[in-house]
Amino acid sequence: MAGRTVTRADLSEVVYQKVGLSRTESASLVELVLRELADSLARGENVKLSSFGSFVVRQKGRRIGRNPKTGEEVPIEPRRVMVFKPSNILKSRINDRHDGKKR
Amino acid sequence: MIKSELVQKIAEANPHLYQRDVEHIVDAMLDEITGALARGDRVELRGFGAFSTKARPARLGRNPRTGAQVKVAEKVVPYFKTGKEMRERLNRPRR
Repeated sequence: MAGRTVTRADLSEVVYQKVGLSRTESASLVELVLRELADSLARGENVKLSSFGSFVVRQKGRRIGRNPKTGEEVPIEPRRVMVFKPSNILKSRINDRHDGKKR
Repeated sequence: MIKSELVQKIAEANPHLYQRDVEHIVDAMLDEITGALARGDRVELRGFGAFSTKARPARLGRNPRTGAQVKVAEKVVPYFKTGKEMRERLNRPRR
């Protein structure tokens, strides 16, 4: 069933249950993992997590956008964005469990 | 950066942990995210981004080589939306 939102606290709890560190240390390690991922991407470096997926930093060029409310043209400046490319393993894991039961 | 480099970095910053433990930590996090998406939950990591799933309805596709029509079953695909702070960091001048 769709509904619940998993957060950092849930990830810390899983790490606590599975790895056997204290709750405090589990939480700070979850934080550290996320910080390392974010720092790497902020440097423009891609991150590849095998069997999960990769985060890729892309450079976008300048283009003309439009304010949908006023119809006014506004330039969208060149910028960097990141995209997540799920691995085939992640994609199939997500579909396997859904098979046979509709959400 | 690949997973083993991430693990190594974190292990170096935490000399009291075995590299194996760090590997378990990273895997536990990724497994939990995967499991949550498989259950139909979303995962929200403030400052980084949010993972969710989107349903793709069944459709009629075509084999591009033969042109034959094929039925493509409905499926669920993972989706990631970059968080606000992360979006800003990507465009901040490098530190």
